[in-house]
Amino acid sequence: MNKFDPQRTSALVEASLKRRYRAEARFKLYGVTSIGIALLALVVLFTDIISTGIGAFRQTYIQLDVHYDAEVLGISDARNEKQLMIANVDGVVKAAMRARFPEVSSRGDRRALYSLVSVGATFDLQDELKQQPDLLGQHKTYWLLADDDIDSYFKSVQAGESYAGRVSEKQIEWVDALRDSGDIKTRFNRRFFTSGDSAEPEMAGILGALVGSLLTLAVTLILSFPIGVAAAVYLEEYAPRNRLTDFIEVNINNLAAVPSVIFGLLGLAIFLNMFGMPRSIPLVGGLVLTLMTLPTIIISSRAAIKAVPPSIREAALGMGASKMQMIIHHVLPLAMPGMLTGAIIGMAQALGETAPLLMIGMVAFIVDVPGGVTDPSTVLPVQIFLWADSPERAFTERTSAAIMVLLGFLISMNALAVWLRRRLERRW
Amino acid sequence: MNKLLSAAALLFCAVLSAPGHTATRDSISVVGSSTVFPFSKVVAERFGKTTRFRAPTIEQTGTGGGFKEFCKGVGIEYVDITNASRRIKASELKMCHDNGVDEVVEVLIGYDGIVLANSIRAEQFALSRRDIFLALAKRVPNPDGSASLIENPYQTWKEINPNLPATRIEVLGPPPTSGTRDAFVELAMEAGCSSFAWIAALEKNDSHRFKSICHLLREDGAFIEAGENDNLIVQKLNANPRALGVFGFSFLDQNLDKVQASLIDGAEPNFDSIADGSYPVSRPLYFYVKKAHVGVIPGITEYLTEFTSERAWGDEGYLADKGMIPLTAERRAEIKARVQNLTVLESL
Repeated sequence: MNKFDPQRTSALVEASLKRRYRAEARFKLYGVTSIGIALLALVVLFTDIISTGIGAFRQTYIQLDVHYDAEVLGISDARNEKQLMIANVDGVVKAAMRARFPEVSSRGDRRALYSLVSVGATFDLQDELKQQPDLLGQHKTYWLLADDDIDSYFKSVQAGESYAGRVSEKQIEWVDALRDSGDIKTRFNRRFFTSGDSAEPEMAGILGALVGSLLTLAVTLILSFPIGVAAAVYLEEYAPRNRLTDFIEVNINNLAAVPSVIFGLLGLAIFLNMFGMPRSIPLVGGLVLTLMTLPTIIISSRAAIKAVPPSIREAALGMGASKMQMIIHHVLPLAMPGMLTGAIIGMAQALGETAPLLMIGMVAFIVDVPGGVTDPSTVLPVQIFLWADSPERAFTERTSAAIMVLLGFLISMNALAVWLRRRLERRW
Repeated sequence: MNKLLSAAALLFCAVLSAPGHTATRDSISVVGSSTVFPFSKVVAERFGKTTRFRAPTIEQTGTGGGFKEFCKGVGIEYVDITNASRRIKASELKMCHDNGVDEVVEVLIGYDGIVLANSIRAEQFALSRRDIFLALAKRVPNPDGSASLIENPYQTWKEINPNLPATRIEVLGPPPTSGTRDAFVELAMEAGCSSFAWIAALEKNDSHRFKSICHLLREDGAFIEAGENDNLIVQKLNANPRALGVFGFSFLDQNLDKVQASLIDGAEPNFDSIADGSYPVSRPLYFYVKKAHVGVIPGITEYLTEFTSERAWGDEGYLADKGMIPLTAERRAEIKARVQNLTVLESL
């Protein structure tokens, strides 16, 4: 047998010490490198998204003197709803463009001239006239929304690398003339945050998708949190340990890993085909996402309940509390931070889902901002997908801007999770 | 805690009972082709902004998926309109009839072209459909002239046609799930394939074999499936000047600063050549309406009127601005009359 020889042992340790320190340093380096790679990827992603998307927050406007000519509009009373509906507001915008560039006369040139201004300007003026019927017959100067091609061109000129794209030489001349007289400029793109989707990039906004996401998540949270917590409480506190509960447990764990598109198919079969609910509504979307997030919430809630020390339960029972009192007064409040964190992570996951919503018709073009859970609507990731798929160039920057909004939403949800945990956390 | 619990329970029940109130639907529901999607989007938006109705909801399900949804039945839980980048098939019409969707109104709205394009930094290609077939088919006729097939041996364009450059064949295109791919295969590949007399003869006798020769694209890396997103193909062409890409005309129209279209059978794709049919790779665009829903779902008649108005689908309408190729004036008048009378499509 080996005889213990302190001198020899310390010599051995001495000899290997350097190697062990080196190994230690290498081990640490692996970790640092991994974090470095992750950070680098994050930085590249963010710079790309932000540098592409930042442009979408500004929008080009053209200043024009608009004359609400009753003759051009073809109406006599702007208070009359029916007349307003058929008013030729488009003609007023065209007349304003002609007045600004009187030298343009040929039909083709005029068409090119009219296309400097977006069709959105027409809708804006129509609304304006509706709000202030007294404007009929008056002159007023407006900053009108520019077309997306002009917007891209003007922004590229401002950035110092002019890119003409679909803008013709004549149009460039006109834009230059407008620039010389200070009648064209970029302003904060308020519309991006206040309107729904549009076929025209310059009019497209994120609000419809944002509200749709909020409504869908609200339905998901209201349904999945109580069901999830109740299931977790039963499974942890009441359920006997037998084959049946084992079977349920295996199934819950399994469901948590099922691809989300399957839940969409399930939603299509149950909610749409069996119950005959309408397509594309946040209510059905919320129901489908509830099915998807339930396993996550049940698992995290069970873990949170399990983490409550048994001594607390025993103390409550020992003081004469019923089992229900013990759970509601002691276990649930103590487990709440963990359960909420699980719920919020589940919600954040649901916020990013598109696949299950495809099946129930929420991957759709919807102009109106939804007003309730039964109005057709879409959600943020779907909006990003739809814009990324559009041929119009100007949608590229809006896609990135929408990604920024989605990321902002996610970050605030995660921040909320952290804050709730800090606030509610109790140590024992 | 108890109050909180009962409040949560109340809210829970409220959400569960909400579907009971949704027995009506106040907006038109449209599904179907992703090619027609951008056009139907514009019409839907203008319709929503200029009338008192809500703007229709438009989904991209693909042409085939659209017909499946459309033909499920009549009632508010089913869709009202489906867009299609080809005509309805007899089998699909039968499926509609079997499910009680007896009255279907067909509306031809215009044309779309499919282009083969490359980066503007490279030389413009002038191809025939036969060249395209020889470059992309999995198996091609034996060059010795006999009526047999060999695995596609061509590696460069010059081997196919001495007038073409000696660059490697590299074509980016959509995957089989895409309507653009279907149309490309049918309009370009099949036509090129039929230019061989013995294959063309097969079409009548052995249509299965004919299809397997003409419709299969090579899988040795010369044809690269680049995903459904046409923007992505444009980006890849820009990065790789040696490659050609297959995508819809509207994407070419938006990216003329980056890519140029190849001539096909001597014709360059533009509004005129696609409208008069001299550019061969173009397809008709349709939508189909359930007559039984007209008058039940508010706004369908007005939506049809907007779609078939001159300011929408006319020569200088806003759909043409979006890249749709308009019909001739006579065709428009004829179809508009049919739409106004809601003439039902009896058979094909």
